[in-house]
Amino acid sequence: MKHPLVRRLGVLAVVGALAAAVAVTAGVAAATKLGGKVTADGSSTVGPYVTAAAEAFQKRNRSVRITVGISGTGGGFERFCKGETDLSNASRPIKASEAAACHDKNISYEGFLVANDGISIVVSKKNTWASCLTTDELKKIWDSGSKVDNWRDVRASFPNVPLKLYGPGTDSGTFDFFTEHINGKAKRSRSDYVASEDDNVLVRGVSGERGGLGYFGYSYYAENTNRLKLLGVNSGGGCVKPSPNRIKTYSYKPLSRPLFVYAKRSSFRRASVQAFIRYMIQNEPVIANKADMVSLTPRQVRKAKYQYNRALQLARG
Amino acid sequence: MSAVATRLRTHDRGARIRGALFVGLLLLSIAIGFLALGTLLIDVLSKGLNWTGATVDRVLLLESPSADPAIAGARPAILATIYLGILVLLFAVPIGVGTAIYLEEYASKDRWYNRLLEVNIQNLAAVPSIVYGILGLAFLVRGIGLGRVLLSGALILTLLVLPTVIIASREAIRAVPDSIRQAAYALGATRWQVVSRQVLPNAVPGMATGSILALSRGLGETAPLLLVGALTYVSFDPTLLGDFTALPIQIYQWIARPQEEFRIPLAAAGIIVLLMILLTLNAFAIWIRNRYQRTW
Amino acid sequence: MTTQDATFARPGPRLRASRRRWGEDVVQGVLALFALISVATTVSIVVALLFPALEFFAEVNPVDYLTGTDWAPLFEPAHFGVLPLIAGSLLVTGVAVLVCAPLGLGAAIFLSEYAGRRLRSYLKPALEVLAGIPTVVYGYFALVYVTPQLQYLGVPAGVFNALSAALVMGVMLIPTVASISEDSMMAVPRELRDGAYALGSTKLHVATRIVVPAAVSGIIASYVLAISRAIGETMIVLIAAGGQPNLTLDPTEAVQTMTAFIGAIAQGDVPTGSIEYKTIFAVGLTLFVLTFAMNIVAVRLVRRWREVYE
Repeated sequence: MKHPLVRRLGVLAVVGALAAAVAVTAGVAAATKLGGKVTADGSSTVGPYVTAAAEAFQKRNRSVRITVGISGTGGGFERFCKGETDLSNASRPIKASEAAACHDKNISYEGFLVANDGISIVVSKKNTWASCLTTDELKKIWDSGSKVDNWRDVRASFPNVPLKLYGPGTDSGTFDFFTEHINGKAKRSRSDYVASEDDNVLVRGVSGERGGLGYFGYSYYAENTNRLKLLGVNSGGGCVKPSPNRIKTYSYKPLSRPLFVYAKRSSFRRASVQAFIRYMIQNEPVIANKADMVSLTPRQVRKAKYQYNRALQLARG
Repeated sequence: MSAVATRLRTHDRGARIRGALFVGLLLLSIAIGFLALGTLLIDVLSKGLNWTGATVDRVLLLESPSADPAIAGARPAILATIYLGILVLLFAVPIGVGTAIYLEEYASKDRWYNRLLEVNIQNLAAVPSIVYGILGLAFLVRGIGLGRVLLSGALILTLLVLPTVIIASREAIRAVPDSIRQAAYALGATRWQVVSRQVLPNAVPGMATGSILALSRGLGETAPLLLVGALTYVSFDPTLLGDFTALPIQIYQWIARPQEEFRIPLAAAGIIVLLMILLTLNAFAIWIRNRYQRTW
Repeated sequence: MTTQDATFARPGPRLRASRRRWGEDVVQGVLALFALISVATTVSIVVALLFPALEFFAEVNPVDYLTGTDWAPLFEPAHFGVLPLIAGSLLVTGVAVLVCAPLGLGAAIFLSEYAGRRLRSYLKPALEVLAGIPTVVYGYFALVYVTPQLQYLGVPAGVFNALSAALVMGVMLIPTVASISEDSMMAVPRELRDGAYALGSTKLHVATRIVVPAAVSGIIASYVLAISRAIGETMIVLIAAGGQPNLTLDPTEAVQTMTAFIGAIAQGDVPTGSIEYKTIFAVGLTLFVLTFAMNIVAVRLVRRWREVYE
């Protein structure tokens, strides 16, 4: 005695199972031609750049599937040196300990320069008193053990406004770079601030808090100029505000830095990976523009092309 | 006599005023809840439907996510949510219904392990959803190395909705009168024959309703998928063993962007799609119940 | 209960006792296996949480963990005091309960004592809709609507604050409180009410002095369940309450709850075996133990009023 509903549900179930089967086979079939998967993970500063490149690239090559994660430069390298990813996005060069880990797993790699960046110090638009901070003041705020929690403690002429800090987490290359160049030692920092690998969280936090202060990659400021106020940094030679030009020429000191994408040599044998990297190098001004990042200097582009050719040779040879 | 009746009938005016005030307060309690709900829906609808460039339209439904909010869509996320729904139903319904049948028809209530089973299911229904995510991370993603793929998400959501499916199925089975069972036994039917031919067909509407409602709660869950899913940029359609982003996660990613164009209209549009999917499921479940439910 | 084993000694048309069919055993075995999946789930949860957490506690002193007031597990030097996270969870939960306890109870009293059957049949499902809205949507609402409104009203709340999240969570929990409280109030026998009416009580009097006290264990059970759900809720606090561990009683500040911490850590792919990875399980275990304990209490309370009246 079949209940009429059972029959209907049965039909639905069969349709559902078929749909699921189609989904699986469709995925399998898609891996043809210039196809396959490219996995990238790492810096949240470089992430938007690689994402913009991936988006444009996938429009032309529909069967390549690129995923981009933002675990942070450190997290990205951990996965990279375990062989889990093809590309590792990094906002600082690979460390000796990370290189050793890769070496242990027989993973050789090539590091490509993809863009330049200046770590930007930002405050909320409601902040009317600050326009420039010295590196000493930055160190006073961010050094480990610092108890500065009011703008007045930063500089006596500042008003009595609570200081709310936002910054990257400990897996971030930005964190490593900033702490090394401001506090003197990488990873040395106070810990009582809103830490997130997701720079969007930081942007939101700083923009909403009158006494907010944060630091992250320039592109996150450039995408949110109507929400954030940029501070200049005085490292002894006067106040310098980051701008694409000053970042490229490294006159924004000490927080200008290059951004990298590291590729596994073994992954580089795949046509899809080669094509993607080649695409990134050839179109880097356009991609940088789209991602609001600072493009490479001509010299840097030449170097990137040289690295690409060398990697290609090593992969083939 | 009339004096007594008068005294009993009319409470003093103070009491009537207090009574009226009290009812007013109660109505206010309910009203606040609905007011909040109404505000939420109006907010979402107005933001998701009006803004040109990120409305619930072809772009949203057919395109992939993008850094440019004007052309960003939620197609991979919508597809992933639909696939998850199908998979969860395929897994959860047989297991849930089977467990319910076991508990109601086969298990003798005086055995300690059966009572433990019941308590166990009650407890599982109350475990926070993120703990299921941790379970998935430990066993599926890392333990057996399945990785952050659609199948892992489906399995974890299955475990999440399973207790609710079991409880709903048990209610449906219990609602079938015992007389039907006894009559079948009296005619010599075996237990499985009684279950499969008498009890189940009559319990199907209740089970279907309960399962679909449980599924709809599961599809709205974000927390377990945060731990088991790939919180990355995914622009291609999901496959069983591929990276995925479900609709709640896509909405969450859009909310997390500081740019207004993402957070407000695009996230709202995504929410509208999600609510539409859930509404359809719930309406379907209620239709089943109204159309097929028998009262004994 | 198995009638197929019955044999009839009387003469007459012989009713053959059915043979034991092996198919029956197979079916029973398969069904029991399905039932075991739920047991396996519980065991897995305990194992998944316990073992990595034990590894964590081998490295971190449990006393420091439970009493420390500084939660900075990823910095150097690392601090593993979980109190700020627990405080964050409790703060949000506390405010949420302040919202859902009276409103839920009010709704329940209305539904059980004042609403007619037809009104109840509309209102109850409508209230359930509140519970069916995905939590990410509530989080969006808290961030995009409630926080600006609070700021407009002059409340010194930042972009991320515990208050918005807690208010929205309270609204989400109203159906939980209302439905369980209403069930327990409906179970109060009519005789109690009728007796009071017969003695000249007003409806207000009956509702507040007779029914509610009689149903009190069910009502408290609903509160405990709401607390448990509030502590276990992730998305609303992840989106709207902030990401900085903060030991405070001020709801206008940003806090991080246990659940938000776990959710935030999951943004990146955490390497297995690292101390980061293990914090997920330590905090997860704390969360599980807290909510589990509350659920046991709630179930006991529900069983108590059920025993009295059913």
